[in-house]
Amino acid sequence: MTETAVLAEAGTPKRRPRRTAGAGRPAWSALVVLVAVVVATPVFAVVVDGLGSVGDTAPPRGLSGMVLTTLLLMLGVAAGSLLVGGGLAWLVTAYRFPLRNVFAWLLVLPLAVPAYILGFVFLSVFDVSGPVQTALRAVLGTDVWVPDVRSLPGAVLVMSLSLYPYVYLLARTALSEHASGTYDAARTLGAGRGRALRRVLLPLARPSLAAGMALVMMETLTDFATVQYFNVQTVSVGVYLVWKGTFNFHAATQLAVLVLLFAVAVLAGERVLRGRARYHRQGGRGQGLQPTTLHGGRGWAAAALCTAAVSTGFLIPVLQLLGWAVGGAVKNPGFLADPRFGEYILNTLLVAAVTAAACVFLSVAVAHGVRLSGGRFVSSAAQLTTFGYAVPGAVVGIGVLISFAALDDALEAAGVPGGTGLLVTGSVLGILYAYVIRFLAPAYQAVDASFAKIPATLTFSALSLGAGPRRILARVHVPLARSGIAVALMLVAIDAVKELPIVLLLRPFGFTTASVWVYELARENFWEKASLPALVIVAAAVLPVLVLVRQARRNETPGKAPA
Amino acid sequence: MTIRVARGKHPAGTDGAPAALVFEGVSKNYGSAVGVDTLELSVPAGELVTVIGPSGCGKSTTLRLAAGLERPDKGTIRVAGDVVADKRRFVEPERRRVGLVFQDYALFPHMTVAQNVEFGLDRLSRGERKARAGEVLDLVRLAHFAGRYPHELSGGEQQRVALARALAPRPAVVLLDEPFSSLDESLRAQVRRDTVATLREAGTTGVLVTHDQTEALSVGTRVVVMRGGVIEQADTPEKVFEQPATRFVASFMGDADFLPAHVHRALLTCEIGVVSTVPGWANSEADVDVVLRPHEVALRPDPDSPARVSAVEYHGAFVLHYVRLASGRTVRSWQPHTVRHPVGTAVAVTVAAGTTPTLLLGDHAITSPPPGSSLHQRSPEPVQLS
Repeated sequence: MTETAVLAEAGTPKRRPRRTAGAGRPAWSALVVLVAVVVATPVFAVVVDGLGSVGDTAPPRGLSGMVLTTLLLMLGVAAGSLLVGGGLAWLVTAYRFPLRNVFAWLLVLPLAVPAYILGFVFLSVFDVSGPVQTALRAVLGTDVWVPDVRSLPGAVLVMSLSLYPYVYLLARTALSEHASGTYDAARTLGAGRGRALRRVLLPLARPSLAAGMALVMMETLTDFATVQYFNVQTVSVGVYLVWKGTFNFHAATQLAVLVLLFAVAVLAGERVLRGRARYHRQGGRGQGLQPTTLHGGRGWAAAALCTAAVSTGFLIPVLQLLGWAVGGAVKNPGFLADPRFGEYILNTLLVAAVTAAACVFLSVAVAHGVRLSGGRFVSSAAQLTTFGYAVPGAVVGIGVLISFAALDDALEAAGVPGGTGLLVTGSVLGILYAYVIRFLAPAYQAVDASFAKIPATLTFSALSLGAGPRRILARVHVPLARSGIAVALMLVAIDAVKELPIVLLLRPFGFTTASVWVYELARENFWEKASLPALVIVAAAVLPVLVLVRQARRNETPGKAPA
Repeated sequence: MTIRVARGKHPAGTDGAPAALVFEGVSKNYGSAVGVDTLELSVPAGELVTVIGPSGCGKSTTLRLAAGLERPDKGTIRVAGDVVADKRRFVEPERRRVGLVFQDYALFPHMTVAQNVEFGLDRLSRGERKARAGEVLDLVRLAHFAGRYPHELSGGEQQRVALARALAPRPAVVLLDEPFSSLDESLRAQVRRDTVATLREAGTTGVLVTHDQTEALSVGTRVVVMRGGVIEQADTPEKVFEQPATRFVASFMGDADFLPAHVHRALLTCEIGVVSTVPGWANSEADVDVVLRPHEVALRPDPDSPARVSAVEYHGAFVLHYVRLASGRTVRSWQPHTVRHPVGTAVAVTVAAGTTPTLLLGDHAITSPPPGSSLHQRSPEPVQLS
């Protein structure tokens, strides 16, 4: 989900279209507000329920430990991502070395391997029974000391390697593009390379670095699957365990409020770090930072560093998965034809397709409503529809649960026996609802970017030619926004394929998706069996990364880009 | 071929047809900024009115209000006799019978020229639609481009398609928002002439917003000059230029210099001497400002004059002379290109014979003696004679 946030910030410059402010279309305005309310309700429900029940239930045991662990994990992963992502961005931008142009986009690939997949591959290699420790014991004897892999540092390492591309992408954009004109100006004003870097480039890159780290921390906070491989008890894990273990609403919501507090702290921290800087292009297009060439050994060392990052984050895990899949198939030819495999993939695709369609449908409706209605209130409501991306999965999940529970109660009170019954708790409706909340933001961003390219005068002309809102939507807005709609469909569908925490929390009994299957098999150390669904997920996740790369390259070569 | 202007269903006004567009006391505020303030305007059917003013004067707001893109805070707007916006009612833009032509043409890029023009005709049958689209494309002489896409046309052609598209549904009034400003200088005059001819031929009422003074004067049957959300003057082009109602109109619509002047028994004098007589002011005595347009100011070398040429600008056919008077004020004078007084030349400044200059009291033009200026009445303060 967060890729698109990166994409929006790295790609299209923000431009607000003019609207038919004040003319007002009550029905369309109401629709926008309704979507905002539907998206916001579960989160507010969590806050209200969580704060309202303080003192009713004893705080879960080990709460302070969870908070500390969460804090350490988030800071650790943020620091790790900054080091890896920021460092590689600097290396690729400021220096010329063998294969630099290839690495520039290869380094984004680890984004395609979700942490819960990278995590189990990492464990399979480095855990007690893995090849590394086995080899060590064979050489040094059985009582050789090795650090515990299933630990906080292990989780920090894996998540940093999986999430660093967020920082890398934003830092690179800041260094190569946003700052180029300003960098040129600094050089013409007599600043040397080093001084221009310290005084101009780094301060200009700071907001981007902050944004990248915020994205990484949000992803870390949302996760409660990967960390469980490593026996790391974060607050999000707490929500999951409390809910699945005790079904105690209040205890779960209280923990969810705590998760939300962490998220708010991250966003506030990003604001502070960003200061008053904004993302818009600084000082137009300039030549920017000219890379210096690293000769001989230093050049190869730089290439090796990049290779290491791409290998650990993408190549090795993918090869390992392929190895398991092929090995498993050789040992047992029936392995590939597990009937459950087809069912779970089908589940995944269905959920992804429905989620994508719903998100895009709502996004188009909201963008169209904003275009027709305008007004500050409607625009704020439209912004509210996108805030789900900043809410960790555990919060969304618990929020959906208590919202549905409240709906059940209300329906029963209104005389409907059994309320919504199994329709809600026993079906995937909850998952779909939570997905829509979570993924409406990337869909809306993509659709809105396309809408922003439709001049307001086009809408006005269509109106003055007698076309009503629905005809304009069908004949003008949708045909012209189709590229954004396609991107939104793809992004949401793939995010939904990758998503794990929400399904774990909300899935009805017996409902399994590819990501859940990977998680369950990996938890039980069935690496070979987990490899096939994991490969499917990675293959799907590569697609948006390629789109991202294409977009980034188009931005880097203005003028040469195809129209 | 002529296209009949569709009439409103309301009873005809005193002169046959109701005005195509009427603003009655219309106000629109944007937070702190004033859009328009108690606007009163009536555009008779068949006229082409230009609205002009500096940016932020409210001309675009006027257009958006007429089109239904804004809702007025106060007042009533009528299109072809029907109320489209007042305190209770608000007719959405798609039901207003108001056509729009924008600066960027706003053609639908994914539709051919014919599809663009037919977009507003969806209530007609297929045959009627084709026929009407053909008619308006003929009108703008683009029938042969019906199958093309907008990006395959030149700017001027796109502009003509936009006009044809706006005319197709037979709107009561077509609003044109700076329709020529994105065209090349060389192309603009031609497209402007074509547009005006098309509107005249179609008999359609037009309101054209512009910031180009020449355009406003040459295109419109009437010119509306706006400033700060208020109409300063709405009149024929000749009147707006020759008898500006306010100091702002005088300086905005063409070049103008202002000199303090005095009227005594119908004789208008100022720093440069006697300017003219003012009929009807025989018994008056008043201090005013006189508006001098550069083409009305004559120069002649005169070593005894205190006025000096301070700058000379060559404009091709004419040469603009800046003359610094003894008081330090500057007046400008157009001279034929054969005349060029070097900077520093002492010149006598006069007003060309036959000129009836505009007189201003404060910021407003006056045509009759101001109250209290009569020499027969005893004014409370004695009039100063200079």
